[in-house]
Amino acid sequence: MANYELNDDSVVVVIGSGAGGGTLANELCQKGISVVLLEAGARVENDAFINDEWNSFLQLAWLDKRTTSGNWRVAKDFPNLPAWICKTVGGTTTHWAGASLRFQEHEFKARTTYGEIQGASLLDWPLTLAELEPYYAKAEDKMGVTRTNGIPGLPGNNNFKVLYNGATRIGYQKVNTGHMAINSRPRHDRNSCLQLGFCFQGCKSGAKWSTLYTEIPAAEATGRLDLRPQSMVLQIQHDDSGKVTGVLYADQDGKQQLQKARVVCVACNSIESPRLLLNSASAKYPDGLANGSGQVGRNYMRHVTGSVYAIFDRPVRMYRGTTMAGIIQDENGHNPERGFAGGYELETLALGLPFMAAFLEPGAWGRQFASMMEGYENMAGMWIVGEDMPQSQNGVTLHVSEKDDHGLPIPNVHFDDHVNDVAMRNHAFKQGRAVYDAVGAHTVWETPPYPSTHNLGTNRMSEKPEDGVVNKWGQSHEIKNLFISDGSQFTTGAAENPTLTIVTLAIRQADYLAEQMGKNEI
Amino acid sequence: MDQTELTRRDFLEGTGKAAGVMVVTLATGTALMASDGAWAMDLRALSGETAETLLRMTRALYPHDMLSDQYYAVVVSALDDEAKESGEVAAMMKDGAASLDAAFGMPFSQLSEGNQVLALQSLETTPFFQKVRAKVVGVLYNNPRVWQAFGYEGASFDEGGYIERGFDDLAWLPNPPEDASPAKA
Repeated sequence: MANYELNDDSVVVVIGSGAGGGTLANELCQKGISVVLLEAGARVENDAFINDEWNSFLQLAWLDKRTTSGNWRVAKDFPNLPAWICKTVGGTTTHWAGASLRFQEHEFKARTTYGEIQGASLLDWPLTLAELEPYYAKAEDKMGVTRTNGIPGLPGNNNFKVLYNGATRIGYQKVNTGHMAINSRPRHDRNSCLQLGFCFQGCKSGAKWSTLYTEIPAAEATGRLDLRPQSMVLQIQHDDSGKVTGVLYADQDGKQQLQKARVVCVACNSIESPRLLLNSASAKYPDGLANGSGQVGRNYMRHVTGSVYAIFDRPVRMYRGTTMAGIIQDENGHNPERGFAGGYELETLALGLPFMAAFLEPGAWGRQFASMMEGYENMAGMWIVGEDMPQSQNGVTLHVSEKDDHGLPIPNVHFDDHVNDVAMRNHAFKQGRAVYDAVGAHTVWETPPYPSTHNLGTNRMSEKPEDGVVNKWGQSHEIKNLFISDGSQFTTGAAENPTLTIVTLAIRQADYLAEQMGKNEI
Repeated sequence: MDQTELTRRDFLEGTGKAAGVMVVTLATGTALMASDGAWAMDLRALSGETAETLLRMTRALYPHDMLSDQYYAVVVSALDDEAKESGEVAAMMKDGAASLDAAFGMPFSQLSEGNQVLALQSLETTPFFQKVRAKVVGVLYNNPRVWQAFGYEGASFDEGGYIERGFDDLAWLPNPPEDASPAKA
């Protein structure tokens, strides 16, 4: 483990240690580059993870106050918790379920494929699937994705059995236990999955890929990583020429420190990343860093989500085993005859009893709800993950009056569902219901979206500087040595869970960074 | 009803529906107690009257006939703890419970289930209602003894997970083919 001086301006500072930042830090270290990795959360190793929903939530989740606005139901049910993401070393790779799907070719060309959609700020990505394929392959190998690299799929649990039978009875054909970054066999010094049933609570056995116990120790082993947990970055600083020069952060004792940097890479997830750029406004950049286009914080996407829970006459015990145990992929294409653009995936999902009570129908009470809860043991569940429309007004802004402990404005997250999102969710609810009806469900419940775990798009990639924040390498259009390395750089959201693509982009970005640094371009 | 459910009910000491409770004053303070002596809770801040109304309220919000009052009393106890810490919460509980008792001009605990629902609906938008409702969700369903009644087994790591303990034991549907769901290692 390295220990760089605060005034060492040769280091690359990476902010955030999740899928994007944790991966990027390791890739850079492997190339011989010195990295300071600043993480707002503490270092909690996986043996300390807790098989208990509320206690784990308190251990891992990002609980700093945020506000919400817009017509999304999360704003009503969870006004101060727009997102269910993590503040811990490893970031939200501790919490993610492991689904690792490549984006489809047409999804990189959303504007071209879907055409103009009123109210949507669609763009094509400035890159193609073909350009990403070699990096997808590297990411799948690194993460040990099942059904790639000769790794067998995971065995399906009870929840998957229900999904599989229902899906095939109504004619779906692409149904299996998915592409999961969870070991089905021991691999890369990590054991195979024990079917704990607590993927969301941090995988205590370490079978699920997380930067916490893969990328970060690998980077430390190079001797080039200086990981500083409990270090909350407050501001990115720049010189008169406009280049960024370092970051101001509050260390584990709350003391402010200034770390100099040659390059700064921002990977704080789609709420904190734009917030940091906005909070770094200066005389030279009065609207925030990298924000000449006015696009920082805009085009926030969260996937069209929702869940379908069904109760049967006989036990399912869906909570046993992997949370995301299988997938239906038949609806993931673009088929406008369904009444909306883009597609969606249906993936099993299970909650424990405590979170089922909180999320099944937030705010509900009375005998009907109680009766649903009594069906818990006989319940199966699935989650909808679909492409939502980017909209200019959906996004992250600085709160006008509320400040955090450091005196900085807290973020407000605004989201209105687009009509396309509503139509897609409606279709998915109907299909989910049909799946469960086909295997004899006696009650089916349509559960509204949870606080967002897929937060995307608030510093998006664009061909033209005026349309977005970063170029195809995640490099700021305005400031050459400032990079975005998380899901906020996504131009559109596609129908797939985002982590694999975040990791893929981080691997690719590391190559670019090393090349540009080698040429002294940055 | 199958055998496991019967066993579970036995474990939970019968139905608690409409079981009696009483307020007892001891030298050490006030307590709410089941008439049959099955359980008792000391009150630190709430009056016995308020606590009894809250107990009925928590059950009316999330009525599970299979659960005896003691599990709802855990929620009231959590509210009592908060009231001990905060005078504002104590006043909110006292006034809120009084509103429920006033809704039909008789104690909430004596209302029919339908009238209890009407009384609760009349307060649905109040901070009092929201606080109590959220507390039931966060406490009642977070009790490992309650989990057993719902068939949730909770933590699995110390038992080696579910891989050898029924993660795929569902037998009322055909097993998916090997290509969709490969055998475990």
